[in-house]
Amino acid sequence: MKIRNHEPDTKVELQMTSMIDVVFLLLIFFILTFKIVELEGDFSIRMPLASTDAGQMDDSQLPIKLRLIANEQGQLTSILLNDNNLGTDFDQLRASILGIIGTDAGPVPAGEGPEVEIDTDYNLRYENVVNAITAVSGYKVDGQPVKLIEKIKFAPPRRE
Amino acid sequence: MRVKSEKRELTEADLTPMIDMVFQLIAFFMVLINFTQTEANDHVKLPSSELVKPPEQPIEFPIVLHVGFDGVIYVGGDQYTAETLGTRFRSELAVLRAQGDAGEKEANVIIRAHKDVAAGEVQEIIRVAQEEGLENFALRVKEDLSS
Repeated sequence: MKIRNHEPDTKVELQMTSMIDVVFLLLIFFILTFKIVELEGDFSIRMPLASTDAGQMDDSQLPIKLRLIANEQGQLTSILLNDNNLGTDFDQLRASILGIIGTDAGPVPAGEGPEVEIDTDYNLRYENVVNAITAVSGYKVDGQPVKLIEKIKFAPPRRE
Repeated sequence: MRVKSEKRELTEADLTPMIDMVFQLIAFFMVLINFTQTEANDHVKLPSSELVKPPEQPIEFPIVLHVGFDGVIYVGGDQYTAETLGTRFRSELAVLRAQGDAGEKEANVIIRAHKDVAAGEVQEIIRVAQEEGLENFALRVKEDLSS
């Protein structure tokens, strides 16, 4: 005689093991591919090759000269703005730039306005150049950037 | 004969809270993941500036240069010095010209230089690029959120 072992309805247990396997795999995948991205931005510099006929330049177009002097180790020793020594203080540089271009000039159209030529010692650490560019190109008031000079160029490199 | 009728009871752990947590973690990482190709290079630690903002739209026709601490220039897996970089610029420009109507006037040279590299190295790169007719440069820096 056949005995049917019909049990009354049992609860169907969900098989958790396989799901947890997959879920952990997913978790590991996402953890490994996770990377904190640092936000980056650019200082745009438009610098065509200097044309040989420099005769058409008048005095008002002459760039503001910013000279950065380094010591042997590449540390900044002095900032010269149009031959005025400003020490190593970038805030003072910003104040001097403000004094040169004036605060009441109003917004200038993009790509207009005075130009700064950065003439740096060869071995100066690049970070100082970026700090100088930051100082001349603007400042932040209550989180809002105020632009000072947008046209920046480099002098020819000084050979070691 | 003795029949063993002892039922070994499997005590099942309650998995619900764990699965809750694991799903939360997965959701967290899924939301934060981004597959955008970051142009990072291990040799480069960028300087930071409070004024820069991430560009709203990607820069067109980029040529990305990574400049390491020692002045070695990394372009797409190859290493160059300022002297040998000119050939790379020429081949990049040839690719740009072949792909579309962009030339050296439209191309953007993105310089990601290490913060302690000699500034002259960056100037040399710009000079070499100028000789190839390139004129748009972007100095990439890290956004400084501390202020």
